[in-house]
Amino acid sequence: MIRYYTRLAVLSLRQTPLLTGLMVGTIGVGIGVFMAALTVYYLMANNPISWKSERLYAVQLDSWDPAEPWDDERPELAPWELTWRDAMALRESDLPLRQAAMYKVSIVVQSEREGVKPFQTVARVTDGNFFALFDIPFVYGSAWDRAVDDAGQFQVVISRKMNEELFGGEDSVGRTVRIQDKPFVVAGVTETWNPVPKFYDVNNGPFDDAEEVFVPMGVGRALELYSAGNTNCWKDEEVRTYQQFLESECVWWQYWVELPDVAQRDAYQDYLDQYVSEQKTLGRFPRPLNNQLSNVAEWLDVRRVVRRDNQVLVVLSFLFLGVCLFNTIGLMLTKFLGKAPHIGIRRALGASRAAVFRQQLVEVGAIGVAGGIAGLCLAWLSLAGIRKLFPGYEELAQLDLTLVGTAIAASILTTLVAGLYPVRRVCATAPARYLRLQ
Amino acid sequence: MEFGPIWRAAMRNRTGPLLIAVQIALTLAVLVNGVFIIQQRIERITRDTGMDVENIITVQSFGFGEEFDKNESVRQDLEALRAIPGVVAATSTQHVPLSGSGWGNSIKPAPGEDAPTLNGVRYFMNTQAVESLGVTLAEGRGFDADDIEYPEDVGGAPRQVILTRAWADELFPEGGALGKAIYDNLDRPSTVIGILERMHGAWVSYDKLENVMLIPWVIPGRATYYLVRTEPGQRDRIMPQVEETLSRINGQRVVKGLETHEEIKAASYEGDRGMAIILAVVTALMVAVTAVGIVGLASFSVRQRVKQIGTRRAIGARRRDIVRYFLLENWLVTTGGVVAGSVAAVAVNYWLVTRYELERLDPLYVPAGIVVIWVLGLLAVAGPARRAARISPAVATRTV
Repeated sequence: MIRYYTRLAVLSLRQTPLLTGLMVGTIGVGIGVFMAALTVYYLMANNPISWKSERLYAVQLDSWDPAEPWDDERPELAPWELTWRDAMALRESDLPLRQAAMYKVSIVVQSEREGVKPFQTVARVTDGNFFALFDIPFVYGSAWDRAVDDAGQFQVVISRKMNEELFGGEDSVGRTVRIQDKPFVVAGVTETWNPVPKFYDVNNGPFDDAEEVFVPMGVGRALELYSAGNTNCWKDEEVRTYQQFLESECVWWQYWVELPDVAQRDAYQDYLDQYVSEQKTLGRFPRPLNNQLSNVAEWLDVRRVVRRDNQVLVVLSFLFLGVCLFNTIGLMLTKFLGKAPHIGIRRALGASRAAVFRQQLVEVGAIGVAGGIAGLCLAWLSLAGIRKLFPGYEELAQLDLTLVGTAIAASILTTLVAGLYPVRRVCATAPARYLRLQ
Repeated sequence: MEFGPIWRAAMRNRTGPLLIAVQIALTLAVLVNGVFIIQQRIERITRDTGMDVENIITVQSFGFGEEFDKNESVRQDLEALRAIPGVVAATSTQHVPLSGSGWGNSIKPAPGEDAPTLNGVRYFMNTQAVESLGVTLAEGRGFDADDIEYPEDVGGAPRQVILTRAWADELFPEGGALGKAIYDNLDRPSTVIGILERMHGAWVSYDKLENVMLIPWVIPGRATYYLVRTEPGQRDRIMPQVEETLSRINGQRVVKGLETHEEIKAASYEGDRGMAIILAVVTALMVAVTAVGIVGLASFSVRQRVKQIGTRRAIGARRRDIVRYFLLENWLVTTGGVVAGSVAAVAVNYWLVTRYELERLDPLYVPAGIVVIWVLGLLAVAGPARRAARISPAVATRTV
């Protein structure tokens, strides 16, 4: 029966090509625009480490200025980053299952390879635990160990892509690459890892690519590397040498811990509070006690990673879809009332009201499918446009299977909602009225 | 006027007009808010930066070799860059204005704990700083060769600085900042030797964007930027020469980030620009869809009323009367829509203001939007109405 209904639907739609085109077009435009806005939102709001999101926590300590809060608009917040002293102190705790302090630096890399010119790039100074903490697999070798961190030995972990550039993709473990004109021994090569958003450091662009070079903690100090990310200071203190900078109240370190359950989370919170209270007796931490642990989802929320403009666009494009929906209802009324005489005959010949209703719904569904496909094409085009407008959105403006499915489903649903009233109305008319006209 | 009959006729077949009215209401709400947001973004993007953004080239140099001498390198580079024909001026700096990277700074008009602390951004620049930026010096002077210092760290206070008018006025509301001393957080003084009419700093969303300080320093570290200002229209020709010149002079460094200042500014305003364009497209599509809807409804009602129109024509209605009938009917529907839409527009704006801290709608946008929708409605219905007017009175007699 469904095949027969489908054939009837196609026939009927072909009888009124302009009207059909307008219906499909309206649904398509509405779905296309809505899906494009939703796609960007959905990818911005993505949790790139969802399987571990509940266990990973960003650490914030309120070491800020007694005179004013870190953020005037949200005074309840502590600074995003930690001081060097606090980051070093927290590393001594064995409460977290894993933990890593980190910041990014700007470096110049020289390759031994012929024809590779020295180039500047961004690296991450961090603990060897960084990789296990964030589940980053290795292609070759492994992370360095704690002793390397503390000694500031010149070891390095590079990404698969960087290994491709520097060593042509070979197993480069044990080989040397020059960073800041110093010889660094490759300890490991990671699999491609580029979380979107870059949850572990959302300063300076949450949709930037992950670093391709990682060096041990002690290297930052040995080479006196300042942060290429954000450094914020409040205290009136003399900061001239690197040592003074390290000991200052400037915040520039990100800190992540893995706490497998609530009990450990609470224990760690107590530890932080106790640590800060101790520091207060030494004259530091002049603000009220305010230490925060945010898991990945909470962190992305508090950092407002999803741009407000994008939320506004989703709402406006939803209103636009609404306009398209009402427009389609109007078009369908025209379409189905035009079919009334035809339906009258079918009813007179014995088709039940329910059968006629089902048949018309198939027709509506067909419009929905066609609209969905048109919508997908338009969404794809819009996303290409968005990639052009926002060069940094490469990763954010991609259709995936979930979204393709959502688009088709949304389109059919929209059309069915739109079609319900016109179809019911046409099915409700008495057949006799149209028979008389024949 | 035949409001009465039109209204009663419309009420007998409510669904179509109601659908269009709802569509118009939603369209007005999005149109008004969309255009308002677009207008604001355009205003932001086209603000006067104070600089000659169109004619500035930026480039970055990273030294890496053991023998690399930053101070010597900066001296050589600037000399070579300034010698390129068509270059007006060149200076070194630690960051590029409008780029989103910069060093924030706070200063005071007087020493001591009680003095107010005022925030802005600072740039360490060289001789020709004023000329390289293309900013207007309102008072005082730019940096001479004698002013340039090569400190061993950035923790000290400069002897001399240039301030923007905005920051100077904030520090010294009574005026006369030129020649006065300003103080850093450790109460170390610097003398104001020049005041700039206007210059934008690092972060385009920062509320102190116009608070900028220029310091005649070449700071330690291996990296530096250069700003190269060219004669109007010469920028694109000179760009490759800039890279080539720097690469030739010194092999102990990486030359990177060869960009026009225009590109850097555009990247900082990418979000605003993108939002404005997307909103413009969505709003235009919405208006188009609504227009098509009005045409569709009017055509449908014309088709349904062929006999009625024929009869009216037969008993003496002129073509003009038929056109007027449809225009009036449509106007009634549109007006119903815009009344509801005005409320919706204000509601949407209220929600945007409270939820997303956008700005409050300028109320004038609502009547402007209403006029646009009225005109749109009349244009959309004109075609079907004219077709209705062409219906022959003879139709009335055919199927009786």
